[in-house]
Amino acid sequence: MHPAPSVILFTTLSGAGFGLLFVLATGAVAVFGLEAFLLWGLGYLLATAGLLASTFHLGRPERAMRAFSQWRTSWLSREAWAAAGALLMLAPVALAAVSGGGLPPAFGLTGALACLLALLSTGMIYAQLRTVPRWNHWTTPALFFAWALAGGTILAGLPYAAALLCAALAVLQLFAWRSGDRRFAARGHTLATATGLGSRGVVRSFAPPHTGHNYLMREMIHVVGRRHAAKLRTLALLLGAVIPAILVVALPSSLPAHVLAFAVHLAGAFAARWLFFAEAEHVVGLFYGAR
Amino acid sequence: MTALPPPPAKKLGLVIDLDTCVGCHACVTACKGWNDQGYGVPLSDQNAYGSEPSGTFLNRVHGYEVVSGGGPAEIVNFPRSCLHCDNAPCVTVCPTGASYKRAEDGIVLVNEDACIGCGLCAWACPYGARELDAQAGVMKKCTLCVDRIYNDTLPEEDRVPACVRTCPTGARHFGDLADPESAVSRLVAERDGYDLMPELGTAPVNKYLQPRPKGAAEARPLAPLLDVRATGLAGWLDRLLERL
Repeated sequence: MHPAPSVILFTTLSGAGFGLLFVLATGAVAVFGLEAFLLWGLGYLLATAGLLASTFHLGRPERAMRAFSQWRTSWLSREAWAAAGALLMLAPVALAAVSGGGLPPAFGLTGALACLLALLSTGMIYAQLRTVPRWNHWTTPALFFAWALAGGTILAGLPYAAALLCAALAVLQLFAWRSGDRRFAARGHTLATATGLGSRGVVRSFAPPHTGHNYLMREMIHVVGRRHAAKLRTLALLLGAVIPAILVVALPSSLPAHVLAFAVHLAGAFAARWLFFAEAEHVVGLFYGAR
Repeated sequence: MTALPPPPAKKLGLVIDLDTCVGCHACVTACKGWNDQGYGVPLSDQNAYGSEPSGTFLNRVHGYEVVSGGGPAEIVNFPRSCLHCDNAPCVTVCPTGASYKRAEDGIVLVNEDACIGCGLCAWACPYGARELDAQAGVMKKCTLCVDRIYNDTLPEEDRVPACVRTCPTGARHFGDLADPESAVSRLVAERDGYDLMPELGTAPVNKYLQPRPKGAAEARPLAPLLDVRATGLAGWLDRLLERL
């Protein structure tokens, strides 16, 4: 699949944003005044920046509001509701924290639940696609949770929770890569099943339907990004999980230290998310004799 | 709207005969010609006369080579377009309700006025049936020429999809696949019509027919032509020069 920068930016930034908002909303870290303003502000900034970036990959961004209409059937629509709901519901909680007041924990917990729903919906948009075997698995939503919550706890300054989540993230990410590498073949999608000509012999793409590129090939067939997959996987694990885990435990707890650890983590998240798209193979590639 | 309707009583679709398709791409051209001026936004081209032309098409014809044992390779021309699946994954993923399957005849359509161009339906389709138009930013797909088949202002014989109407070898058949007595259903029953990628559970309405088995090829059909014998003056010269 084509790793569109807007989608990579959206999923990593808003993921980390909702992870941070979730941690703050549960009250796991007590912040007030200026610190509250900075942390809640960062959460809102990341989440909304990501949502804005996501509209850049739309063909008709001016109609984006229509995406709220099909929450009964569409995970993309549910994501819109959960994301907007979380941002609205948490606004009074954030204002209370900044102004030093207090609200009953039910407010924060409802918003925290909405954050989790937003993350789940993002993961399910990809996990529901049977056409992309690598994504069509429980590890996809699990990974979206793990990256978001690791980023959120790093930023919120919960060193031990962050280190634990980074460790869990590394294990889960490794497992997702290993199992994902085999899934396309295991599902048994081949040019023979795609064309139904397998009973006649060995099928090979002989003459493509067009000499130039088209939307399908640009969007679903992306071979270039896989060339450095092994190096990028190592980088994603080191930057995304190992180094931030060491930084949060080793450095004295302060906002600049958390931001530094988060910046390193974010670089790893970008690498992992790039691979998430670049390594995903769509079955339509079979028709073109390419994946 | 993006929920799938209950199984429709009528399932309009195509039956594509891979035995008779010669890969002339007339269906591709006729499809683009008709759908450029009727239903929805036109099918745009980018850089059509430049070095890297690209464009939106609703139908594409692939060529595949099938090799079995030591026999000669078989070339199969393979038109690929929307299969109007009973269990269409492109419909349920749509966040705006733009993508829908008609309850009355099972045709899968896009309401272009509601489409935000997110592309998720194209990702959900295993058959590459949907292409996002680069000019209009909305999703395009086969409409089964819904603006022809019910069009009373056209002569009766033109009330079929443009690809079917134009096919010079009769490789494309249009009809109601829910009616077991229809011509297309009988064709599917006779020739064991099959589904593409059945393992994905999309339950396509369109069916494909295998090429019929062919007789063994003659060993060297052109061999007699290679044994050229000159006659007359040339023959005499030939024999003379042979002897020198």
